[in-house]
Amino acid sequence: MCNQAVSLVAAELERQGIATVAIQLLRDVAERVRPPRALFVPFRHGYPLDLPSNPARQHAVVEAALRLLEISDPRPPVLVDLELTSL
Amino acid sequence: MGEIAEFSLAVRTFLRAYRWRKIDPVPWVPLEKPLSDCRLALVSSAGFVTPDQSVFDESTRGGDVSYRSIPSDFPVADLIDTHRSDSFDHEGMIQDPNLAFPIDRVRELVESRRIHSVSEEHISFMGSITAPRRLVRDTAPEIAQRLLEGEVDVALLVPV
Repeated sequence: MCNQAVSLVAAELERQGIATVAIQLLRDVAERVRPPRALFVPFRHGYPLDLPSNPARQHAVVEAALRLLEISDPRPPVLVDLELTSL
Repeated sequence: MGEIAEFSLAVRTFLRAYRWRKIDPVPWVPLEKPLSDCRLALVSSAGFVTPDQSVFDESTRGGDVSYRSIPSDFPVADLIDTHRSDSFDHEGMIQDPNLAFPIDRVRELVESRRIHSVSEEHISFMGSITAPRRLVRDTAPEIAQRLLEGEVDVALLVPV
């Protein structure tokens, strides 16, 4: 439900002029709900940035999400899988 | 990996019949300036509150659609997890709230000049919302208005 809820909020922020990127923990839910920009992360529920007390790991996930804001020529919705090799 | 299989039988049964909302059309705001010129806000559904804020209410039918404004300079270690769901392990985000509310990471992005600035407030709500009509109709527009008044350009949304 968290995945849908943040996606619905993201859509409203976009409607009102704020660019968004939403982390998503359930890929099939992201495909159905369709937030404008979504980074699918292969982590378990409760761990959207993977590891507690690991700033480098958390930073890598945040940075991967920010890069979606910089995609040129997008075809919304944008749903990208986090590449674990980049972490 | 986040999978529906992680959930209890009762939750899985509910989700099998659940009608997910479909965003259609998909709104889109192009980034009109570099991220290094942008102000960022966090929106987390992890249910964090500050000690002086009321906790989220698990008894609200369809889900508690209220939200809390978290001041940007609030110490992340002092955030309190009030998410009522037992469908996920809370231990990680209790140990380090940055796991679901990464304000320390966002501050580092400013220091490294990856982004320009941090919003003076961030948004916390509890994502266990099965009936999101009021979230869409009331809460989300109010959140958007607050962030716009704070001259926010971009938002990072984090579920749990």
